[in-house]
Amino acid sequence: MDDLYREIIIDRYKNPLYRGALNPNDISFEDDNPLCGDHIRIDLRLDADGRVSEAAFDGHGCAISQASADLLMETILGKTLDEVKALSREDILEMLGIELGPVRLKCALLSLKVLKAGAYGLGEASDELVE
Amino acid sequence: MTQSSVDVRSLDVTRIRSDFPILRREVRPGIPLIYLDSTATSQKPEAVIRAMDEFYRQSNANIHRGIHVLAEESTAAYELAREKVAQFIGAPAARQIIFTRNTTEAINLVAYAWGRANLTAGGVGILTEMEHHSNLVPWHILAAEKNLRLEFIPVAPDGMLDLDEYRRLLDHQPKLVSFTHMSNVLGTITPAAEIIRLAHEAGAVTLLDGAQSVPHFPVNVQSLDVDFLAFSAHKMCGPTGIGVLYGRKSLLEAMPPFLGGGDMIKRVHLRSFAANDLPHKFEAGTPAIAEAIGLGAAIDYLTSVGMDAIAAHEQEIIAYALERLEEVPGVKVFGPSAEHKGGVAAFTFPGVHPHDVSQILDQAGIAVRAGHHCAQPLHEKYGIPATTRASFYLYNTSEEVDKLVEGLYKVKEVFGM
Repeated sequence: MDDLYREIIIDRYKNPLYRGALNPNDISFEDDNPLCGDHIRIDLRLDADGRVSEAAFDGHGCAISQASADLLMETILGKTLDEVKALSREDILEMLGIELGPVRLKCALLSLKVLKAGAYGLGEASDELVE
Repeated sequence: MTQSSVDVRSLDVTRIRSDFPILRREVRPGIPLIYLDSTATSQKPEAVIRAMDEFYRQSNANIHRGIHVLAEESTAAYELAREKVAQFIGAPAARQIIFTRNTTEAINLVAYAWGRANLTAGGVGILTEMEHHSNLVPWHILAAEKNLRLEFIPVAPDGMLDLDEYRRLLDHQPKLVSFTHMSNVLGTITPAAEIIRLAHEAGAVTLLDGAQSVPHFPVNVQSLDVDFLAFSAHKMCGPTGIGVLYGRKSLLEAMPPFLGGGDMIKRVHLRSFAANDLPHKFEAGTPAIAEAIGLGAAIDYLTSVGMDAIAAHEQEIIAYALERLEEVPGVKVFGPSAEHKGGVAAFTFPGVHPHDVSQILDQAGIAVRAGHHCAQPLHEKYGIPATTRASFYLYNTSEEVDKLVEGLYKVKEVFGM
């Protein structure tokens, strides 16, 4: 319990730094976690070099899914889309600094799934993107 | 399952028999069980019974949504079973493994989801004359609904499929070729890879009924290049109530859902829904969780024994059984010679109905099956109403074949023949 709700997760859940919307944006994508109905939308702006210059997310869900999204936005600033596509579930777990079972893993990975579907320009996000 | 044929471990059948508690029982005082009905359903090893028992004692919870230890454990165990199935049949990914109730439901899933969306009036489906009812009736229903035309690869007198006729049928540009990997009556092992290759050349989608093959010899979906494979856990040392549909990913993704309900959705509104990702899209409602775990344990068990070794053992037993059955005057065994078949011997006894043969064998503790074995058209083809069927698995011995033959002499005696 203590591990799962590390201070940074509670902090980012209560006081997210990247919650909001970017209009206009270069990339926007949203999806749900079918297991619990969590929802996340991510907007990105890219600079002239194709790197992420601004990132924002919005949505609703548990502390794990929302803190994960907030930390992910921070992580991808300055990254190219190829670098974003290369992010894995291990990167998310390292970023959160916690271990998760199969059910909560879906919560933690929702934002990465949405982000990668957007980066690849896919019509739909699938679990395959985060395996 | 990946051993080469030169490295076949021979089976220690005495040790294997000790793994199956039911084989220790007597059917009547002093009469031990001789179980020759594994084609209908196999017996279960201790490891499978224990895995399911432990799940209910230790981890029982519904999967996927709960956020507590039991839900996490049951979810992990259920999904691990899926991984084991994928590995066992050489599937590229676990998400291509859909849990169903049994082979029958897996075939119905393809008929209702893929068939309804992809087959249109006048479309041709090719089946064979040796199919189990489970690979006939779903297509009959769909054919009536969509006005499809069904063609059948004939069974030659030697019990093999007539592939020349199959090549001619392919001129009809079939959309589907759905056939058994091993006949549950004749025991015929069909040349699946060749049938699939020819079907693909003709532009057809293929479905392989693996109910009798997956339990008995190594089956690899990638080397077969098959589009769909259906099989049941209960015929491979696992529990009843769970079966598998493997599907090619592009086909599964393009298919509409089969059953609607919980777990198969991504989101639901009052007037609409969006389907979930694979494999959950095809698994509506609470699935057979303990049974999936039992199937995983069965796969572990079969793998530890070795599928090549099991196949080799059954080859030995069926060759011996055919030889011994031929000795009994009047007995006629259907199907090809031993090298072309699995461990199934369906036979007739002139002047004695299979039910009576079966009843007299039962008095000696021998369990066989009598009837048309859900393959009535095949029996019609041979002009017989029913057969008696003895079938063999990894736990059967040549001594049990001897007992069967003794029992048949007893049948002759009782009927004064």
